[in-house]
Amino acid sequence: MIEDIRNILKEHGRLSTDVSTLSEDADLYKAGLTSHASVNVMLALEGKFDVEFPDRMLKRGVFESINSIRAALEELTAA
Amino acid sequence: MNTSAISPLVAAAQSIGSKVAGPASGAVDRESRFPKEALDALKEARLLSAFVPRDLGGAGCGMRELAQICEILGQHCSATAMVFAMHQIQVACLVRHSQTAPYFREYLKKLAANQNLIASVTSEVGIGGDMRSSKCAVQSNGARFELEKDASTISYGAHADDLLVTARRNPEAPANDQALVLLQKADFTLECRGAWDTLGMRGTCSPPFLLRASGGVEQIMETPFGDIASQTMVPFSHILWANCWLGIATAAVVKTRAFVRSQARAKPGTTPPSAMRLAEVASMLQSFRANVHDLASECEALMSSPDAGVDVLSTIAFALRMNNLKLAGSQAVADIAQRCLMICGIMGYKNDSKYSMGQHLRDGLSAALMVSNDRICATNGSMLLVLKDD
Repeated sequence: MIEDIRNILKEHGRLSTDVSTLSEDADLYKAGLTSHASVNVMLALEGKFDVEFPDRMLKRGVFESINSIRAALEELTAA
Repeated sequence: MNTSAISPLVAAAQSIGSKVAGPASGAVDRESRFPKEALDALKEARLLSAFVPRDLGGAGCGMRELAQICEILGQHCSATAMVFAMHQIQVACLVRHSQTAPYFREYLKKLAANQNLIASVTSEVGIGGDMRSSKCAVQSNGARFELEKDASTISYGAHADDLLVTARRNPEAPANDQALVLLQKADFTLECRGAWDTLGMRGTCSPPFLLRASGGVEQIMETPFGDIASQTMVPFSHILWANCWLGIATAAVVKTRAFVRSQARAKPGTTPPSAMRLAEVASMLQSFRANVHDLASECEALMSSPDAGVDVLSTIAFALRMNNLKLAGSQAVADIAQRCLMICGIMGYKNDSKYSMGQHLRDGLSAALMVSNDRICATNGSMLLVLKDD
């Protein structure tokens, strides 16, 4: 899962930092993630994992780090 | 949707909609059959007596709550929503105009206890849809009456427990001197005179019937039907129907949003062209909802005022506004469903796709016909000739 998240961030995140150098706790916004790019990251994650992020998850904290994204995906795929 | 605390009635409707009415709606439409499982669930949850006052055993809810339930049911099964709406219109007429008469008081208690379903018998062969004219007449001799009516349509007639029927008050009365008569199951027979095989709203099962009835004169409501119509039947009809249509339109938009999101997911980074069309439709739905909610709030406030809103509800200005809601809502539902079809394209056109728009479109097209918009425009036109204030 972590690897898929990194690939999606690389393709759609438009980060100013190379994703492969980021730790799983690194702040993605500080790494250059814009709110517009985070929408595309979310769409790609939805497509990849066949889930839908509910409105309650459409907030800054969910896309803050690779770990927070993973936690959200785990919650969605467990349901 | 309102995010404040939802009432138990609304919560029950949500659960019935998603668990019972929704799953059966495809079969109800295909087979043109009555949504029996959904109505059984509504009875079980005691929603058929939602509008009956608490002291008679009902939930004592207001018009807005009924409207909200219609909208929710409409999102899951249009036929269930419309049957629920039509039943509540009849209940509202009884509650608002006859609950002090002993016969009707007892009846409302019985309705709450047994969850009786009431159908409306207003249309008549030779009259058409003009609710304010009748050919048939109540024939009474002292304490009993007889009534025969050739009804051009009775929605869910074969599935109703009881009927509320319009008729001339006596054989000498003019066509518009009408009374409303309550018939309970043992009082009448219905002879089905045709089929109900329609484009949409197939599950309301509304064929023509010949009604033959007899009963006691206490079953005839004293209030002239003209007053009941303007103060209750027409406002409830327009508000509750519009909420059913709002539910249908919402269902179409929900599917369309899911479709556009799936397109976006396939190509993150580019907003699909359909998203702009979706934005238009979302705006139309919001206007539709605002219009419906605005009038429902106004109506409920009027009806709960000390004089039950009798003066205002009977004015030309109010009738015009109600009719305008009917015109706007019936056009909006069909327009929105058609735009949703355009957005979803072939996936919306297919009957076996999860984005299928067929039923929403067919159901939505009924809205302009149930009480023809042409008739309503003609009425509004003549009212506008005399109405001075604005």
